[in-house]
Amino acid sequence: MVDGQIPIEEYETGNTVHEIDVATLRGEHRVLATHSFEKGEIVRGYNRRTLHVDLSKGTIEERPVTDDMIAKFTGGRGFGLKILWDSISPGTRWDSEDNVLAITNGPMCGNTQYPGSGKSICLTVSPSTDIVCDSNVGGFFGPFLKFAGFDAMAIQGKANEDVVVVIDGIASEVRIETAPLEETNTHVLSEQLAHIYAAEDTEKSRQRVSSITSGLGAEHSYWGCLNSSFYDPRRKVARVKQAGRGGLGTVLRDKRVKGVVAVVPKFTGVENNPADPVTMAKVGTKLHKEIRDLDRHQCNMRAVGTGHLVEIMDAYDLLPCENYRFGSFPKASKLYSPKFYDLFTKVIPDGCWHGCTMACSKTVDGFELRTGPYAGHRVTVDGPEYETVGCGSNMGLWEPEWVLEFNFYCDTYGLDTISTGTAIAFYMEMYEYGILNRERCDDLELCFGNARAVMEFMHRMARGDDGEFMSVAPKGIRRVKDWIKAKGWGDERLVEDCGMESKGLEYSEYVTKESLAMQGGYGLTLKGPQHDEAWLIFMDMVNNAIPTFPDKAEALHYFPMWRTWFGLNGFCKLPWNDVEPANNADTDEPSKVPGHVQNYVDLVNAMTGSELEKDDLIIQSERCYNWQRAMNVWMGRGRRADDWIPYRSMGPVTEMEYVSREERYDTALVEKAGMSKDEVAGMTVPEKMEALYQFRQDQYQKLADAVYFRRGWTHNGVPTPQKMISLGFGDEADMLRMLQDRIDADTAAGLNDWGGNYDESEDPPSDDPLYWEKW
Amino acid sequence: MITVNGNGRDHVPDETVSGLLKRLNYIFPLVIVKINGTVVPRDSFPSVNVPDGATVEVIHLTSGG
Ligand code: SF4
Repeated sequence: MVDGQIPIEEYETGNTVHEIDVATLRGEHRVLATHSFEKGEIVRGYNRRTLHVDLSKGTIEERPVTDDMIAKFTGGRGFGLKILWDSISPGTRWDSEDNVLAITNGPMCGNTQYPGSGKSICLTVSPSTDIVCDSNVGGFFGPFLKFAGFDAMAIQGKANEDVVVVIDGIASEVRIETAPLEETNTHVLSEQLAHIYAAEDTEKSRQRVSSITSGLGAEHSYWGCLNSSFYDPRRKVARVKQAGRGGLGTVLRDKRVKGVVAVVPKFTGVENNPADPVTMAKVGTKLHKEIRDLDRHQCNMRAVGTGHLVEIMDAYDLLPCENYRFGSFPKASKLYSPKFYDLFTKVIPDGCWHGCTMACSKTVDGFELRTGPYAGHRVTVDGPEYETVGCGSNMGLWEPEWVLEFNFYCDTYGLDTISTGTAIAFYMEMYEYGILNRERCDDLELCFGNARAVMEFMHRMARGDDGEFMSVAPKGIRRVKDWIKAKGWGDERLVEDCGMESKGLEYSEYVTKESLAMQGGYGLTLKGPQHDEAWLIFMDMVNNAIPTFPDKAEALHYFPMWRTWFGLNGFCKLPWNDVEPANNADTDEPSKVPGHVQNYVDLVNAMTGSELEKDDLIIQSERCYNWQRAMNVWMGRGRRADDWIPYRSMGPVTEMEYVSREERYDTALVEKAGMSKDEVAGMTVPEKMEALYQFRQDQYQKLADAVYFRRGWTHNGVPTPQKMISLGFGDEADMLRMLQDRIDADTAAGLNDWGGNYDESEDPPSDDPLYWEKW
Repeated sequence: MITVNGNGRDHVPDETVSGLLKRLNYIFPLVIVKINGTVVPRDSFPSVNVPDGATVEVIHLTSGG
């Protein structure tokens, strides 16, 4: 028992109880389509079939997973990309009839012996970016989809009325049912679905039901998330984890899907049928012991989850405060992890999938809501995780209770906390400068720290408020920038530089001004600025370990490939490097945590019976990564111009920011930009800001040059046919032809040239204008 | 003077590794410290002194993110 832990048998949440009339809810369901399937057997992590549901046609089909598909796409996110490539066209947009929402698991997903083996990866064409967005999520849905019989599912088309899609692993049947009476908001809906589809009225049966849901906020914004449930019998609530990024929940609701439900008859923990269960158990035991013995001295994930990062980011000037203007703030200690630890319910373990001893999924139970349609209700709040607390500091919400209120309503309304919080922070900054004001914000006083205005904004969004601001603001920063510019309000460069989006997606919660590599970690990405590809700030800014462009490019090759691999297999990234083996310091590359990398090699071989080595895992990822970038190109993006990032992520946009860290920026002008001390001393602040602006913009272009070269792409960021063939895609003639056509068009437009300004003392990555042909 | 991650820093007589980390506000727990290329075990941070002229590496591993 940890300090303050409550025995499970004595535990009551104190939550408001929802009356669930199962008979009435179910009585209104009509079955629109049914498909019976043969019970299969999972062999070495795969069912070898996927499920395809077309809501417009009312059809449900199974499709085989071939050896070729496994060899090229591995599973999980790779399967999702293959399904999308086969189903959509370059012109498909988020609300097109043919857009697909894919939910995938991966060969390791559902394993219970190694911590963090229950993730699913969801993909769709995003409303924010017009390209494919992937987002991973815990909870039970991914494993249950697999145990019910499928390695991935695709939902295409649109229903005419609200429906649920049920994958019933007990009856071996997939159904599309109307669902007119169920709630739309997740905290009620996921509980209703657990009761409706449980085989018996018991807590054990409800544990065998998992749903994917969203909420009313998703219907009226581009920030819709997917909530994946895991029924918690101790709290007697359906808890949820989020696939947050890119508006997947917006697509779910556009298809009129209220929920996707997976039901399994039983759960034994060994459903995956691994080739070598003994090794699986041995490797798992090793990590369980490390977590048990070392976590409390390292990241303390078991006690406070990822929230432990708040105080660390504040100390290193990396915590986004007031729309990323600052990296630390005098009031930030109010949001440090001990404040949330006091509020968390100490009933452990709190993993989002069985067997995860890292158990970082914390809750606050019996939390009394202050605002909105559920004001006065007591609820379970899942979280907050670091990113959600970072949204609090970004909006100037310094009371933990307001962060919890924001967290709860984001989840139940089906909203990504990151996009919602980052966008509101930008609107607040525009409000401070008078570019927005109360009148322009439909009577909302959206200034930093105004928690009630934040909540009112969210409630209005969920209600579908059709005021001018309320119509555009929930579509995100990119659309608001365009709206402000069209209105002629404020300085265009200021608006562009302050709004933290790239490719149309809002940034996650880290300040990157002093780390060029991390600027690339956000900008030179497939889906947009999310830190799940690479988090290089310490390695670059603090350790000073990747000083040159080739060093940074190597890190921006290796880490995105390594992290992509988790999503191909159904792993959570956290147990890789949020605990380190006791001997990690003695290894050759401690930042890669070689001991844990070897665990993954051993695990995947034990599951699938392969004989892979660690470099083979990187190749698996490279195939998927390049395929996704090629799909971006196919959809008209995926070029250097699309990898643009706002200047707020490179340096100080306003005089206040420059002056607040003047010594740091003056030093950068001397030590990095090569100016003399006297020269800098004689400049005004605006002159120094402009010099830094020009220097850092050029650095970013040089970084892009180095990264494209390292990844084997053209000067304009396009994967080449030669590269794709070297990865094993020689038979994919349509893809290869498309890439060659786009490269030829770029060359004709003069776009195949380096982006950086190189003086005589510097060399671009290559002098050969067709360097990529060597791939 | 000492060098920490390539940057010059004052040497403080009798300063331990723990003291140096505190001075630099390096509160992140997943760090590896090397003095002149030799790893200092984590449980020795409070007892090992940083000598004048030392080259110190404080390698912050990536977490979170
Ligand atoms: S580490 Fe946390 S997020 Fe990852 S699987 Fe475990 S409980 Fe879930």
